[in-house]
Amino acid sequence: MTDYPVLGKKDTRSGFGDGLYELGQQNEDVVAMCADLTGSLKMGAFKEAFPDRFFQAGIAEANMIGMAAGMTIGGKIPYTGTFANFSTSRVYDQIRQSVAYSDKNVKICASHAGLTLGEDGATHQVLEDIGMMKMLPNMCVINPCDYNQTKAATLAIADYEGPVYLRFGRPSVPIFIPEDMPFEIGKGIMLSEGTDVTIVATGHLVWKALEAAKELEAKGISAEVINIHTIKPLDEEIILNSVMKTRCIVTAEEHQINGGLGESISSLLCRTIPTPQEFVAVDDTFGESGTPAELMTKYGLDTVDIISACEAVMMRK
Amino acid sequence: MADIKELESIASQVRRDIVRMVHANNSGHPGGSLGCVEYFVTLYFEIMNHKANDFDMDGFDEDLFFLSNGHISPVWYSTLAHSGYFEKNELATFRKLNSRLQGHPATEEGLEGIRIASGSLGQGLSVGLGAAMTKKLNGEDSLVYTLHGDGELQEGQIWEAAMYGAANKVDNIIATVDYNGRQIDGDVEDIMSLGDLEGKWRAFGWEVFTEDNGNDMQSVINAMNKAKSLTGKGKPVMVLLRTEMGQGVDYMTGTHKWHGSAPNDEQLTTALDQLEETLGDYVMA
Repeated sequence: MTDYPVLGKKDTRSGFGDGLYELGQQNEDVVAMCADLTGSLKMGAFKEAFPDRFFQAGIAEANMIGMAAGMTIGGKIPYTGTFANFSTSRVYDQIRQSVAYSDKNVKICASHAGLTLGEDGATHQVLEDIGMMKMLPNMCVINPCDYNQTKAATLAIADYEGPVYLRFGRPSVPIFIPEDMPFEIGKGIMLSEGTDVTIVATGHLVWKALEAAKELEAKGISAEVINIHTIKPLDEEIILNSVMKTRCIVTAEEHQINGGLGESISSLLCRTIPTPQEFVAVDDTFGESGTPAELMTKYGLDTVDIISACEAVMMRK
Repeated sequence: MADIKELESIASQVRRDIVRMVHANNSGHPGGSLGCVEYFVTLYFEIMNHKANDFDMDGFDEDLFFLSNGHISPVWYSTLAHSGYFEKNELATFRKLNSRLQGHPATEEGLEGIRIASGSLGQGLSVGLGAAMTKKLNGEDSLVYTLHGDGELQEGQIWEAAMYGAANKVDNIIATVDYNGRQIDGDVEDIMSLGDLEGKWRAFGWEVFTEDNGNDMQSVINAMNKAKSLTGKGKPVMVLLRTEMGQGVDYMTGTHKWHGSAPNDEQLTTALDQLEETLGDYVMA
């Protein structure tokens, strides 16, 4: 299989912060808004460099989303920053009416998504955000997998006209996507070709999918690993081409099964090429306090879980 | 400056349009629409610098208006049509399938004059603030106007926006509250009292005043000109505009019952008898 050397370790939110700062230098229309989490979102560099284009919204997320929608009128490209749960469930109606239905060019940037937020517990560990966002017409949903991809995505969405939900996280994770790999919205990435089973992963689970594929290879199983960073619009072609070859699929994500990437893929496959599928995702439960590693293990989102899902799904071919 | 008689004549036609539009669908919100006619006519024919024949979503170098209480769309649609944003006969499509005149204002169908969807209450002040901030960034001295229902002020987001606007000196926005004291379930005082509303806005740091004659054209013109004179001084501006829900149709006043109900055929005739046709009724499709 294709080898991806670890280039370092960083949090994906830093990819957002660094991307935003770079974007600020490139594009004068980019403005940033934050609801009292500038440090957590790594928006400090942008704030320092472009104080006139940075808006501190305070702990008032609904107003922030509404203002962002308003700021697009006159050509600005607002990037809003707060935790993923406050970026979605807390402001769902504001996003639905003022951003999605009104088709405004707002980039909703959401950090600390999923279980890997860790010790703060379930109040903050949103595992439903992909589902909420992908259900909204006009909304593009992106969940990058490492620092480099998050930075590239942050830059790329400025050139995309329309509402975007960009989801990233808190923990430090391996960097393995080459810095110069282009980021194309809506295009999946074939990370490693294989013939026995397809693994489609998004976000923090992509690295684990590569680890799983390596261990499966040692067992004589050839796994194809696809990174879907854009959950909506979904790259149907790359998935269908793969399952035509492997005839079974495992989806892996730090999200509920309900509403997640796996569900989008199930919906695609049942309408096109009905295919056995296993889900590595959270199964209709809330998270809890713990270290990110402990939580990923307890809720079944580890490399070993992907391996057993692959073995199980291959039996169902 | 436009002649008051001329503006009143436009207002009479707008009122006829409102009752006809709501009657034709047996749905819509005539009460608040009728009460805000003087405000809309004043804004679009006297106060705002706007480009009716050259609508552009970005609205560079023109004043912008956002309707936060989107349910009073009939008064807005009629005013936009008479201002020249679109043909008045399109008013006949209000609330019909495939219409650009949705029950609540929307941008999806591309209706000229509409820059954001509204209907779910409480969101328009935030949107207005954002648009006003962009105008400042773009170096424009144009103004942003918003309208809100008084019942709508029960929404928490309004007060988030109130706090932000004052804290950040967004002084190129003029918000107005349709202060008619009524909401769908009854009188605002009984549903959830707004208390000392002027005091609340003042405490939040806004420049605020009440205009008691919101259905008198000259008073509304004076109030909006006064509001304009208060902009650019470091504070957002709020006008509490006392209006009468259902104004212009006798049986629709003095009650909350015509907030969201349509007149029947007989009631339509009674209403139209009270409202002079001045600019010509739109043609029913």
